[in-house]
Amino acid sequence: MFNYETGIEPMEISGAEIVVRCLAEEGVEFVFGYPGGAVLEIYDAIFKQNAFKHVLVRHEQAAAHAADAYSRSSKKVGVCLITSGPGATNALTGIATAYMDSIPMVVISGQVGTAGIGLDAFQEVDMVGCSRPIVKHNFLVKDVRDLAVTIKKAFHIASTGRPGPVVIDIPKDVTINKAEFSYPASIAIRSYNPPTKGHPGQIKKAAQLIGEAKRPLIYVGGGAVQGNASEEVTELVKLLNVPCTNTLMGLGALDGTDSHFLGMPGMHGTFEANLAMQYCDVLVAIGARFDDRVISVPNHFLSQPKRIIHIDVDPSSIAKRVKVDVPIVGDVKHVLTDMIAVLKETGIRPHAEGLTDWWKQVEAWRAPKCLDYAQSEEKIKPQYVMQKLWEVTNGEAIVTSDVGQHQMWTAQYYKFRRPRQWINSGGLGTMGFGLPAAIGAQLANPDAQVACITGDGSIQMNIQELSTAKQYHTPVKIILLNNRYLGMVRQWQEFFYGNRYSETYLEALPNFEKLAEAYGHIAIRVEKPQDVEAALREAFITHKERCVLLNFITDEGENVFPMVQNGKGLNQMDLPPHMSGMQQSPNENNRDYGNLC
Amino acid sequence: MRHILSTLIENEAGALSRVTGLFSARGYNIDSLTVQATEDPTMSRMTIVTHGSDDIIEQITKQLNKLVEVVKVIDLNEAEHIERELMLIKVRATGKEREEMKRMADIFRGRIIDVTEKTYTIELTGPGEKLDAFIKALDASAILETVRTGASGIGRGERILKI
Repeated sequence: MFNYETGIEPMEISGAEIVVRCLAEEGVEFVFGYPGGAVLEIYDAIFKQNAFKHVLVRHEQAAAHAADAYSRSSKKVGVCLITSGPGATNALTGIATAYMDSIPMVVISGQVGTAGIGLDAFQEVDMVGCSRPIVKHNFLVKDVRDLAVTIKKAFHIASTGRPGPVVIDIPKDVTINKAEFSYPASIAIRSYNPPTKGHPGQIKKAAQLIGEAKRPLIYVGGGAVQGNASEEVTELVKLLNVPCTNTLMGLGALDGTDSHFLGMPGMHGTFEANLAMQYCDVLVAIGARFDDRVISVPNHFLSQPKRIIHIDVDPSSIAKRVKVDVPIVGDVKHVLTDMIAVLKETGIRPHAEGLTDWWKQVEAWRAPKCLDYAQSEEKIKPQYVMQKLWEVTNGEAIVTSDVGQHQMWTAQYYKFRRPRQWINSGGLGTMGFGLPAAIGAQLANPDAQVACITGDGSIQMNIQELSTAKQYHTPVKIILLNNRYLGMVRQWQEFFYGNRYSETYLEALPNFEKLAEAYGHIAIRVEKPQDVEAALREAFITHKERCVLLNFITDEGENVFPMVQNGKGLNQMDLPPHMSGMQQSPNENNRDYGNLC
Repeated sequence: MRHILSTLIENEAGALSRVTGLFSARGYNIDSLTVQATEDPTMSRMTIVTHGSDDIIEQITKQLNKLVEVVKVIDLNEAEHIERELMLIKVRATGKEREEMKRMADIFRGRIIDVTEKTYTIELTGPGEKLDAFIKALDASAILETVRTGASGIGRGERILKI
């Protein structure tokens, strides 16, 4: 509208330009995407700007994974841009992956023009409907004047409270239509007020409960990583001198080399972590959700009496699978800060004698070294590759993984030292996540060593991203643990289906070295255990600046131990051969553990 | 146990589908659901009747609250409340039945709102059980059509759901 006072006609810009300006205002560094008909206007606007870089993936699923891992490794919001119809549906797996792991991500999807919506137009899909169950929130923008404020809302919602992906579906005509541009500096949404501070009364109660504990355990999940509460977790653990276990998503929240760290709990958790989970008397759960892969069956988990303090930013995570004694809704960082202050002020500590005995017990569980495995002269053991990787990278690499046995071995053997160092699809378990995630993480951390741990099954689910790695010169190191099987499924078939390896042997695997070379990368094939370390050094040192695929031909029969079978309790683990038959309960000469089960 | 959840929700396109999608995705029951804009046209009031154990109802309430467009949720069962449902029922009204139908409608404080030579359409308001009782009281073969709104609920006395 013409302004009669100033005589200036306000500049109206197209919806596509608004999108680009908003992303620049948000400080977006990379947009991971793939062009198509419905987003042509946006791509034209991207062509004309230089505020952010666009990363052209080779499949929309990879765009979502790369944006997701960019976020996981940088604390920033990941941004992904895709076209309508198949572009949008291809991204859904990546969106669901981010949703299950609470990753802040903004996904901009093109949509057919508003006049075409609902008419089965070419490349039309109801993206708002399709994505609804797997997003924190989504929007369909029907009017260009709503675009900027919607994008502001999307970033706000994605990154606050319990983070998650937000989809903005933008019809093509909205990207063409013009409006005045102004980007709100802040936004308030009356229906959305995520909690921050925890209730002081509850925090005091929690402190009192800790004071009564004889066998305390701190159980840390992905919420501590996403909530940037690693320092507070570490301080709490050290202040109380209490053992600590980090879930698959929480690895790195406490340094994996710290003496308080018991390893990961759950289906493939360590002996000591699982027994500590089962037999503790006070459990402090921090940003964890008592997932089925962690506690297995709730009734069995609770059959050993314990009192639970549960800190989570999402009230619906509390009392979802297990009832807790002291729920604290709040941002974990805030709550832990306040709790540490209360503990320091009051001097409350766990029962001293009890804690000493508890540590003795925990050390006794640690002693048999459940992660020991039989080394071989002939065959490469995958665990050995992980240990050597840790040594060669000084435990400092950012490690992404796909899904399966290799993921569990990475979680068990690569001792993550800091948060956001370990990037995997924990909740959804998405094969094909690792490679695009490694690219996203490398772009976010150009100076870091990035390793993608994968298997011969998973790598083929997004192998086209080798092309993206070439285009953007991301020197990721692909550690392919090639056992010619879909190993985790094979393991279950061995244990539970009478060795009937139904469709898990991968015949006709490609020549991975030639494949990597065809994409312009370096490939190293490793067949002997004695060559493992040298190959890793060659990849990480000699070819530091290049993307390298290391094809480790590993022992095809290796299984992941310990293992808690479906329906079993945490003290009913399948143990590795050197521990078979070992008692999975506290030592009898120890203090009274109540009703032992 | 049966619960009535009163929800204030942004009056936006797609908000209803988020609520119903949540119920189907998580396997919760919806016995009935009514929704209409309030005196503030940007806000809708939704009454959801559901049933489940206390744990399930707690989760439903939390999950509803988690929806970005949901402003507030209360469980009306936590205190005194009133619920009403509207039914329109079309019945055969011929011969002797015609007078009987009129009497029945009067007894239940229903109103006949449409009349033909052969039918009455009766409007009846009340708690769900009253509507059930009315249906039961009629000869099943006389009922031609029923349509019910599902319950709307409100807290008694000073208890107010508002932002």
